[in-house]
Amino acid sequence: MRKPGAARLRLALYQILLLLAVFVLWHVLTATQVLPPFFFGRPLLVLERVLDWFVSGTIYRHLWVTLLETVLAFAAGTVLGLGVGLWLGLSPLASSLLDPYIKAANAMPRVILAPIFAVWFGLGIWSKVALGVTLVFFIVFFNVYQGVKEVSPTVLANVRMLGASRGQLLRHVYLPSATSWVFSSLHTSVGMAFVGAVVGEYMGSAAGVGYLILQAEGSFDINTVFAGILVLTLFALLLDTLVSVIEKRLLTWRPQQSETEPL
Amino acid sequence: MAAPADAPALALSDITCVFPGGTAPYTAVRDVTLAVARGEFVSVVGPTGCGKSTLLNVAAGLLAPSAGAVRVHGARLDGLNRKAGYMFQADALMPWRDALDNIAAGLVFRGIDKAQARRRAEEWLTRVGLAGFGNRYPHQLSGGMRKRVALAQILILDPQILLMDEPFSALDVQTRSLMENELLDLWSADRKSVVFITHDLEEAIALSDRVIVLSAGPATHPIGSFAIDLPRPRDVAEIRLTPRFVELHREIWQVLKDEVLKGYAQTRRR
Repeated sequence: MRKPGAARLRLALYQILLLLAVFVLWHVLTATQVLPPFFFGRPLLVLERVLDWFVSGTIYRHLWVTLLETVLAFAAGTVLGLGVGLWLGLSPLASSLLDPYIKAANAMPRVILAPIFAVWFGLGIWSKVALGVTLVFFIVFFNVYQGVKEVSPTVLANVRMLGASRGQLLRHVYLPSATSWVFSSLHTSVGMAFVGAVVGEYMGSAAGVGYLILQAEGSFDINTVFAGILVLTLFALLLDTLVSVIEKRLLTWRPQQSETEPL
Repeated sequence: MAAPADAPALALSDITCVFPGGTAPYTAVRDVTLAVARGEFVSVVGPTGCGKSTLLNVAAGLLAPSAGAVRVHGARLDGLNRKAGYMFQADALMPWRDALDNIAAGLVFRGIDKAQARRRAEEWLTRVGLAGFGNRYPHQLSGGMRKRVALAQILILDPQILLMDEPFSALDVQTRSLMENELLDLWSADRKSVVFITHDLEEAIALSDRVIVLSAGPATHPIGSFAIDLPRPRDVAEIRLTPRFVELHREIWQVLKDEVLKGYAQTRRR
């Protein structure tokens, strides 16, 4: 539902005020030593650090590395998840054979794989991509599997009666149905790719925003840690907005809640 | 395959369908033999849940019968019935394709160039009264419009046999009689052989050349076949008021009534 302009503006104003209030509270508490600044940082120094990063341009290289890892992990995880999901969804034998292993692999906390990936793929971007892939894969896989299983039998029978071959069934029915499920999980999977990248960097790396945080933490520079967190949050929000835009463009066929025709 | 010219368009002989049930196998259909002549419009009526759809799925080749054979123009059916178009009771359009692409789908599956398929789909869109709605997705169309798209989707392939499973049962009364008239119009253009499943006796009489009554399930079988000698072209709303229609209705209802009561009693017991 779309709110009238004035009300929307007022809401946005309140939201910004809330953010400001949190920062002011933070500032007051740390400036008066109620919270020790050594552990909680100083918001002004944090903002200064963020500004400094962007002005001097040192942050861009790290952001680029994190973004690259996120995108690669997302792409590889999605392709893998889509492929395996379609395969298991369409092959009852394979899915019943692999079922316990899929469940086990999904239940395992995959973050602990980070050290192993670091050993296998080194400290460069690939160990982070690998971690991101393990996170993204399962989300996409389960959604695709579901998507294949939930194709309406009537639609399937209809398309068969219209003369579709097996390959055409895959292309015209299973794939679109599965992709719609992938898109519905797009926010989660992009988020997971991002988590994989940052956690991977944090476990050991030579570049990336996670690396910046790790370095700052090593020298007890709590302000830089907070600055890194702030940048990561802004970045994640940006990614999420981008995903929303893409989603809206690609899923026009989906029924929206109470849709009306614009005149 | 050279089929004898006088072979019926569609012939079911001794079809029996047994489904594995929870406690005991369930015989949905037993020893059904029926034939549809070329160009004949046959309706099949029967109480709810009597296995009408099962029969249609057998005729379409979507379901292999436990026993019996299907012959299409004299040739034994093996696999899907490629000469038939099937209109489903539920929505069967691809929700991720717009109306035009849905109609063009069958042509695309047959390897026809996409641009050409869309051009022909455009013609059919106009023929079913939906010109200008080609870029709408199924969820943006009303129930009646979706049925029109489904009809165009099938007729564009020019099937010799039309199998229709209560296609209009989900529509409101007005839209329904509009659609029935349109179906008769389209049908009279080239007289395909039609098997029209319905539980609505009035609809069956208004549309058909012949009405077949099925018994209540389990082990459904035909218990009556009535020739409908009403003149064509017909208007489904007006024909219902003619004395002959009322007479036929009474005659067939005599046979159908007992089965409906039996079917009702069974659903209550279940």
